[in-house]
Amino acid sequence: MTADSRSMRLRGESGRGRRRKRGLPRPEAPTPATSESARDDRVPGLRPGWRVIAAKEFADHVLSVRFLVLTVVLGLAAAAAVYASAGGIREQAESATGAPSLFLYLFTLQPQGSQIPSFVYFIAFLAPLLGIAFGFDGINGERSEGTLPRLISQPIHRDDVVNGKFVAGLAAITIIFIAVTSIVAAIGVLQLGILPGPEDVVRLLIWIAMAVIYVGLWLALALLASVVFRRAATSALVAIAVWLLLTLFAALVVGLVAGIIAPVSTEATVDQQIANLTLQQNLARLSPNQLFTEATQAVLNPSIRTFDIVALIQVGSEQRAIPSILSLEQSLLVIWPQVVALIALTATAFAVAYVAFMRQEVRA
Amino acid sequence: MAVADLPAGQAPEAPRDDTPAIRTKGLTKRYGQFTAVDKLDLVVKYGEVFGLLGPNGAGKTTTILMLLGLSEPTAGTARVLNMDPARSPLAVKRQVGYLPDNVGFYGAMTGRQNVRYTARLNGIERRTAEERIDALLDRVGLSTVADARVDTYSRGMRQRLGLADVLVKEPSIVILDEPTTAIDPAGVSEVLDLVRDLARDGAAVLLASHLLHQVQQVCDRVGIFVAGKLVANGPMGQLAEQLGAGPIEIEITAPGLVDELRGVAERVAGVTSVTTDQRDERILIVSATSDVRTELARAFVAAGHPPSHLRRRGDELDEIYRRYFAASETEAA
Repeated sequence: MTADSRSMRLRGESGRGRRRKRGLPRPEAPTPATSESARDDRVPGLRPGWRVIAAKEFADHVLSVRFLVLTVVLGLAAAAAVYASAGGIREQAESATGAPSLFLYLFTLQPQGSQIPSFVYFIAFLAPLLGIAFGFDGINGERSEGTLPRLISQPIHRDDVVNGKFVAGLAAITIIFIAVTSIVAAIGVLQLGILPGPEDVVRLLIWIAMAVIYVGLWLALALLASVVFRRAATSALVAIAVWLLLTLFAALVVGLVAGIIAPVSTEATVDQQIANLTLQQNLARLSPNQLFTEATQAVLNPSIRTFDIVALIQVGSEQRAIPSILSLEQSLLVIWPQVVALIALTATAFAVAYVAFMRQEVRA
Repeated sequence: MAVADLPAGQAPEAPRDDTPAIRTKGLTKRYGQFTAVDKLDLVVKYGEVFGLLGPNGAGKTTTILMLLGLSEPTAGTARVLNMDPARSPLAVKRQVGYLPDNVGFYGAMTGRQNVRYTARLNGIERRTAEERIDALLDRVGLSTVADARVDTYSRGMRQRLGLADVLVKEPSIVILDEPTTAIDPAGVSEVLDLVRDLARDGAAVLLASHLLHQVQQVCDRVGIFVAGKLVANGPMGQLAEQLGAGPIEIEITAPGLVDELRGVAERVAGVTSVTTDQRDERILIVSATSDVRTELARAFVAAGHPPSHLRRRGDELDEIYRRYFAASETEAA
C-alpha cells in the first residue's frame, strides 16, 4: 500500500535523523549479551510497534461511528453528483463526438444550470473533513484517557505511536475513497452503459492516490493539533478553522492581496491584468485546496493542457490550438509541480506533528 | 544491607549473579532551574520489594520515567537489567512492567481486548497470550467482567486490570506507581499479596507510594524520597537508626502515681527529660540519648511498678515519615 511505504519514508527522514543526532542508536530486539536473554521465552524480534498500533487504530476507525457517517455522507454526495453529471453527459455526448473520455466526465462534469457540483468538487471540499475526523483526537485522546503512559511504556518507540496513527488514518481514508469512487463508477456504468477504458482506470487510481495524499495533509495537521492542544474539542475546532480559512476565505484574501500588489484600474493594460491574474493564481496555489483542484482537473480531464494564464489566453482566443487529448504521461507532466508540492506539504505537516510529539513530556 | 541476602535464591527464574535489577548512580533530572530528582543512588534486587515512599511531587514518577528510558537523565546513570534504559529502551521496556499512576484504558474496548493489545505490543505469541490473559484476569478477580467494556469498570477494577496488563509480559522488574489508590481495603490487601507473590517468584518490585502503611506491610526495603532526594534508605528497622539526629522518645505506662513514676524514670541513666502525653496523662514520654527501654523496664519493675505499655516512638514508619516530611516542608518554606 502506498500509505505504508510513505510513512516508512517519513520516519526515515525525520525520525532516524533525530535519533542519530541525540546519539541514541535504534536498538534491535533485546541484546543477547545480557544475562536476561536466558529468561526470555518469547519469539525474538518484536513486530514493529507502529504496525501493531496501526492495526488497532485502523480497526477502531473502521468500526467507529464517524467512519460510517463519513462514508454515508460522501456516498450520498457522490451519488447526487453522479446522477446530475450523467444527465449532462447525455447532452454532451450528442454534440461532441471525439470528446475526451466520457467515463471521466462522470466525475468532473457539472452540467450547465445544475445546482449540484461535480463529484471531484465535493471531494476536494469535503475530503479535509475526513483527515480531521481521523486525526483530531489522535494524541490528546490517549492523554485524556490516560492510556499514553501505559502505551509508551510498552516495548515500542515513541514515534511508533504517531506513525501508527498516521498510517491507520491513511488506510481508513483510502478505503473510503475507493468505496465511494467505486459506487460512482458503478452508477455510471449502469446509468450510461459506458465502460471505462484502461487509461480511465489508471487516471482514476492516480486521482485516488493524490486525494489520499491531500487528505494525508489534513490528517497530519489534525494530528499536530491533537499533539498541541490538550482537549479534543479544541484541536477539532482549530483544524476546522484552518480548513475553512484555506478553502473558503483563501480566494477572498488572494484577490485582496493581488489587488494591492498588482492593482488593476479600469483602464488597466492587458499586461497589468495578466500580472494581477498570475499573481492571484500563484498566491492561490499556496492553498493545498487549489493544488489538489488543479491536479484533479488535469488528471481527470485529458483536454486540459496547461494552467498558465498567458498560454490559456493564447490557446483559447488568438491562436486557437486544435482541441486534442493529452496522453496520460503528458497529463502527469502538467500536474507534476502540483503533485510534488502536495507531497511536500503533507510530509512537512507530518514532520512537524512528529517532532512536536517527540519533544513533548510524557506527563505533560 | 540485610535484605540483600533475602530469598533471591528461592526464585528459579531469577538470575543468580549479583547484578541488581535496578541501579542508579547520581541520577539527576532538572527542568530548567527546578531539580526534580537530585543525585539519586538506588539499588533494587531481584526477589525484593523496594518501597519508594514520598509525598506527591517528590520526583517518584520522574525517576520511574528515567528508569524506563521515557525521559533522559540530566546527569548520572541508570542501569536496568544491566542495560542503559536511554540506549536500549525496547529491551528494557520488554522486561519491565510499569503500572502508571491513574492508569487508563481504552473505554470502548473490553478489559480482555485492552490486555490483548498490550500482549501484541510485546510480541507475545497469540496462544500464549490468551492463556496468560485468562490466568491473569482470574488472578486479579476480573474474569467475570473480562468481556465488558472498560467504560463500565470502577476505578478499583481498572487498577486491577492495570496489574493484569503489567503482568502479561511476565516482567522481571515490576514498577508500580501508586497501585493501591482508589482500591477498597479488601482489594488493597489482595494487591499487596500479589506484589509479595511477584517478589517471591523472583521479580524485582519497585513500589512508589505515599501510603506508608501499605509500603510498610509489603516492602523489604524502603527509600524515603523527598524533594528529589533520597533522605533515608534501608530495611524498615534501620530507618530509625539512619534518622540519627534527635532524641529517642519512649512511651511508658504503669500503674501508680504519675509523679512517682516520673521520678523513677528520671533516675535511669541516659534519660534527659520526662513529660506526660498531651492527650493521655497516664502515658509518660521519656526522652533519652539512647534506646533505654530495657533499663526503664528494669527500673520500673524494681520500683514495684511493672509497666503495662512500653513503646519506642519513631520506630514506626509513620513517625519517621512525618519527621522527614516536616523537615522538607520547613526547608521549602
